[in-house]
Amino acid sequence: MTLDVLQMVLVTIVAAATPLMIAALGELVVERSGVLNLGVEGMMVLGAATGFAVAVETGSTLVGALAGAGAGLALSALFGILTVVLAANQVASGLAMTILGLGLSGLVGASYVGMKREPAPHLTISGLTDFPGIGRLVFGQDAFVYAGFALVGGIAWFLWCTRAGLALRAIGDDHTSTHALGLQVRKVRFLAVLFGGACAGLAGAYLSLAYTPFWAPAMTAGRGWIALALVVFASWRPVRVMAGAMLFGGATVLQLHAQAAGFGLPGQALSALPYLATILALVLLSLGRRQGGSLAPASLGRVFTPFR
Amino acid sequence: MRIDLSPRTNRSRLMDGFAPILAFVVAVAIGGVVVAVMGRSPATAFVTYFIAPLSEVWSLQEVALKAAPLALIAIGLAFCFRANVWNIGAEGQFVIGGLFGGWIAVATHGAGGSTFWVLPLMLAVGTLAGVAYALIPAILKVWLGVSEILTSLMLVYVAELLLDYMARGPLRDPAGYNFPQSVTFDDAARLPYLMEGDTLHAGVLIALTAVVVATIVLARTLFGFEVRVVGASPRAARFAGFSDVRLTLAVFAVSGGAAGLAGIAEVAGKIGQLQPSISPGYGFTAIIVAFLGRLSPVGILVAALVIALTTIGGEGAQIDLKLPLDLTRAFQGLLLALVLGADALSRYRVLFVPGTAT
Repeated sequence: MTLDVLQMVLVTIVAAATPLMIAALGELVVERSGVLNLGVEGMMVLGAATGFAVAVETGSTLVGALAGAGAGLALSALFGILTVVLAANQVASGLAMTILGLGLSGLVGASYVGMKREPAPHLTISGLTDFPGIGRLVFGQDAFVYAGFALVGGIAWFLWCTRAGLALRAIGDDHTSTHALGLQVRKVRFLAVLFGGACAGLAGAYLSLAYTPFWAPAMTAGRGWIALALVVFASWRPVRVMAGAMLFGGATVLQLHAQAAGFGLPGQALSALPYLATILALVLLSLGRRQGGSLAPASLGRVFTPFR
Repeated sequence: MRIDLSPRTNRSRLMDGFAPILAFVVAVAIGGVVVAVMGRSPATAFVTYFIAPLSEVWSLQEVALKAAPLALIAIGLAFCFRANVWNIGAEGQFVIGGLFGGWIAVATHGAGGSTFWVLPLMLAVGTLAGVAYALIPAILKVWLGVSEILTSLMLVYVAELLLDYMARGPLRDPAGYNFPQSVTFDDAARLPYLMEGDTLHAGVLIALTAVVVATIVLARTLFGFEVRVVGASPRAARFAGFSDVRLTLAVFAVSGGAAGLAGIAEVAGKIGQLQPSISPGYGFTAIIVAFLGRLSPVGILVAALVIALTTIGGEGAQIDLKLPLDLTRAFQGLLLALVLGADALSRYRVLFVPGTAT
């Protein structure tokens, strides 16, 4: 019995962690290539709106999820043109994408407010899913969760076990030298930005198709920003992103349970917890790393023009 | 074909002035296409957004009232952004300024005796609260190297929740039939109106003063010089011995103070009481205004008026043409993106090189 309760808690934690994990993994690849994309929140919320709208129109969760990823990708293409091709300031461009994404998502989702869909189907394997204790946790999730975990392994393998991954990390650390070596800095960065955008869009689609299967304006509620913090927190490593996402997912679930239980604390204080926890996590991380240099990719956020 | 950027030795003066205008024209053109796709006449929409608000005295006043907080916040942010410091939590500093300044008004409500000091105290407290709130990310940055982008943004959510709690809880009007709002401020706690019977209040003058002061500080003082040097060349600034730490703290304090002052001016001017939400996103819109205005005080004033115009126009379009308010937000985001892109024209010569892409 208690084992089943524990499983239920873990299942909700994984569900809360998945959008953070997918978005943060995409951003990790972008930042490893040396680009700081602050538009994650906008790409996520646009993915949520587009994913839900397309899923309602087509009746297919899969098509909706792909459309969500596509919407994030399209917005990140604009970001790529600005920052990679035109060498615009990355911080300001990212903020522009967030504002633009929030506005566009409102336009896309306007006629879908208040609608509900069935949440994305969960895996069922007779015998395994009913297995007491861990069946639902391991064999009973929806496709987004499995995709998220596949991304962790896939990105870790790509970055540390392939030549292209090495090139991407090298470009993120020193774009001038890699350019001199003949690596195609801008092409790699542009592709990384597109990948990050698609991940953010997919993470948003998870929110509106599986986590809470409806569309509400600005429903991402800062998750894109928390994903950005998660990348820093994980010191740009995929497995740590996964662990960090679980930690934040846990904090979110804890907050929801605390809201229900009351505790005499005002609801606003509990709602503020994830944001305060993010700040606290960043502070603790920095405290633990007083000596030794930063682990951030060395060229992160610096613009590159091939003529220099 | 590939596109190469060749840095100009000097920024092109022609392009500096031309780029924002070009960006604005392109954004309006794209907006027109979107409006047409949504089945409305682009010409009618253009008139509603950009012409109609200018045609009546009351809507002109509304534009000025929207532009004032935007300009004030954006001028503070310009100091940050010029120094390559990224305070994106002005929204939170605005809210905190409004909350703590407004607290004074609630606490002194109905007090007898002379009350001339109430309003100045509110403005001072609001400003200082904004400064203090902005110093949190600044101190974390200089002390521990924590990214100020993330901390300042996270604190926006915290500030909004705090205001929500205070307006529904401790500061709620006990005689207010449980409405989630504070008492209506006494006259002594309100910014005076500029003209009898109009909505225009003294907050507009505060913003105009800020434009003048910021212009002088940036152009004529050592602090302004440091900000400009750090922005233009961090290496040169280090050789000159300018302290990174001091500058980061200073620009955060300036921008937080400006945002806090804008917050209390909004509460003491337009709103007249504390409510669970006091800002329609001024702190974020001000980021657009700062860049649109080229991070110069006078440019920011013009940009604030333009953005305020589109916001008032957007409200008109929502009523007259049933166009959603999100269209205005999307337009403003697009405008910022285009301004940043067009900036490449003044910093680089854009060359189209035949051949394969790199």
